[in-house]
Amino acid sequence: MAEDVSPFSHYPPRSDMSSRASRRFKEEAIRYVLLATATLSIVTTIGILLSLTGETLFFFREVSLVEFLTETEWTPLFAIKKFGIWPLVTATALVAFIALAVAIPTGLLIAIYLSEFASPRVRDVIKPVLEVLAGVPTVVYGYFALTLVTPILQEFIPGMRIFNALSAGIVMGIMIIPMVASLSEDAIGAVPQALREGAYGLGATRFEVALQVVVPAALSGIVASAVLALSRAVGETMIVSIAAGQNPTFTLDPRVPIETMTAYIVQVSLGDTPFASLEYRTIFAVGTMLFFLTFAMNIFAHWFVRRFREEYD
Amino acid sequence: MAEDTGTLGRSAPVFKASMQWRRLKSHFFVVLGLLSVLPGIVALLVLLVDVIVQGSGWLDWQFFTSFDSRFPERAGIKAALFGTLYMMVFTMLLAVPIGVMTAIYLEEYAGDNWFTQFIQVNIANLAGVPSIVYGLLGLQVFVRMMEMGRSVLAGSCTMALLILPIIIVASREAIRAVPPSMREASFALGASKWETVRHHVLPYALPGMLTGAILAAARAIGETAPLITIGALTFVPFLPEHPLDRFTVLPIQIFNWVSRAQSEFHHLAAAGIIVLLVVLIILNSVAIYLRQRLRTRY
Repeated sequence: MAEDVSPFSHYPPRSDMSSRASRRFKEEAIRYVLLATATLSIVTTIGILLSLTGETLFFFREVSLVEFLTETEWTPLFAIKKFGIWPLVTATALVAFIALAVAIPTGLLIAIYLSEFASPRVRDVIKPVLEVLAGVPTVVYGYFALTLVTPILQEFIPGMRIFNALSAGIVMGIMIIPMVASLSEDAIGAVPQALREGAYGLGATRFEVALQVVVPAALSGIVASAVLALSRAVGETMIVSIAAGQNPTFTLDPRVPIETMTAYIVQVSLGDTPFASLEYRTIFAVGTMLFFLTFAMNIFAHWFVRRFREEYD
Repeated sequence: MAEDTGTLGRSAPVFKASMQWRRLKSHFFVVLGLLSVLPGIVALLVLLVDVIVQGSGWLDWQFFTSFDSRFPERAGIKAALFGTLYMMVFTMLLAVPIGVMTAIYLEEYAGDNWFTQFIQVNIANLAGVPSIVYGLLGLQVFVRMMEMGRSVLAGSCTMALLILPIIIVASREAIRAVPPSMREASFALGASKWETVRHHVLPYALPGMLTGAILAAARAIGETAPLITIGALTFVPFLPEHPLDRFTVLPIQIFNWVSRAQSEFHHLAAAGIIVLLVVLIILNSVAIYLRQRLRTRY
């Protein structure tokens, strides 16, 4: 009686063996389909490695690795082609350095302030601001650097050109602040409360607890956040493409146009470079370098946290 | 013993003076903390005000219904809007099912072994790969090897891989938030693994997954570099009608206008930025709304 109102009625009947077997088959099939999709992430990594290194090997058949690493001129798009990576590397390092000089002190101060000093109400104001900053597209930051920050810098600094490393670096720093702040805050939040209470019990002030107890205890996480920020700055593309210029110059002068590794890839991609030409392969050589640089930094950051984490349990 | 016991050993006035200084440092730090938030807030406000002042005058019906043009007063974002829309539809159709299925596998099926660990480490690393490197991957694999050309589909595939780690991480969190008692009750009634996942875990995890998917979409809409690398166009006087047609997207259109020397094009860029930011604000608001609803439910 009332078979069809049973809450189990939508499950298949279990009585005969064949349906049980087919049910089991279905379960197994689903498991393998899910496993296959999970493996896609590994396929992606392999795809990145193969597509980068393949073209890079072709590149190094025509250009010697020695020239690539010792020349200080990068002119693959000119009549006289020179393939010294250094102008791109110094430009990338210069912009990243400026960005970190902005982002690390600011981000770290925000993290310490938010977790050790701020009231919940202040937190509720600051956190969304950081989230919004993190969500602004990089092309918008590029517009900001070129049309707003550069003219201001030109007022103060003589010899400041329209395209320069300083403006791009400062704006990139502002973009990275939320990342440093949130990663450092996570590290600081992981410091056990008992440590703070112990310090307060000994008569320490808030400042002393924060700077002499909490920050040292969270140092491994803070260092990791700085390294991840560096990796992000090195891989950032649109701000430098828009505001730092497209002139591969071997210089550390933050006032003149330069070209970072990422900006070079964009410059070539915007042109009509035929597949399999040497110009086409240069972007893969540069991309390979970029990938392994950022990969090494990401791995180092994760290793560093694990290696130097203070254990309190 | 104990010649120097720090402040304890000193006389009361000395202690008081040093205590005042120590307290002052705390107050000083509060000011410093608030000051350090300032650059971010100021940058954000200045940017918003500037974009509105520069761009709002150019936001008219013609701006939405025209293609790009060499004459700034005739230029618009029609191609970019449709390009972004098409690309996002395909991107989400690819990335959401794959991301959710990967999350289900890792949370509900995977054993605690080296292979699972390897997948997890791998996903964490993929999240840190610069977006332009995904562009090079897309250029080589989708555009050349799979012969999709510099098309909407190639862009979507590239973008799907880029946002996959975000969707996987968000979906895993949503699945983990479903109480184990739900699964146990389902198993006790004789349901199989998949029946439990399909009828009990997924419905509960859905709002959380949706939030993650929307945030991933917001990320993809603002992303420029990988699409430039695969060769999305900067000047498109037509609408893509086929997944294999060439296309442009909103951030690339903005990039194109910012890169021009004439200041009229910078106004156009500002107008484009307003449109882009409004889209992102809407998406984020929906995500926040869903997150709030999720929170009240448990």
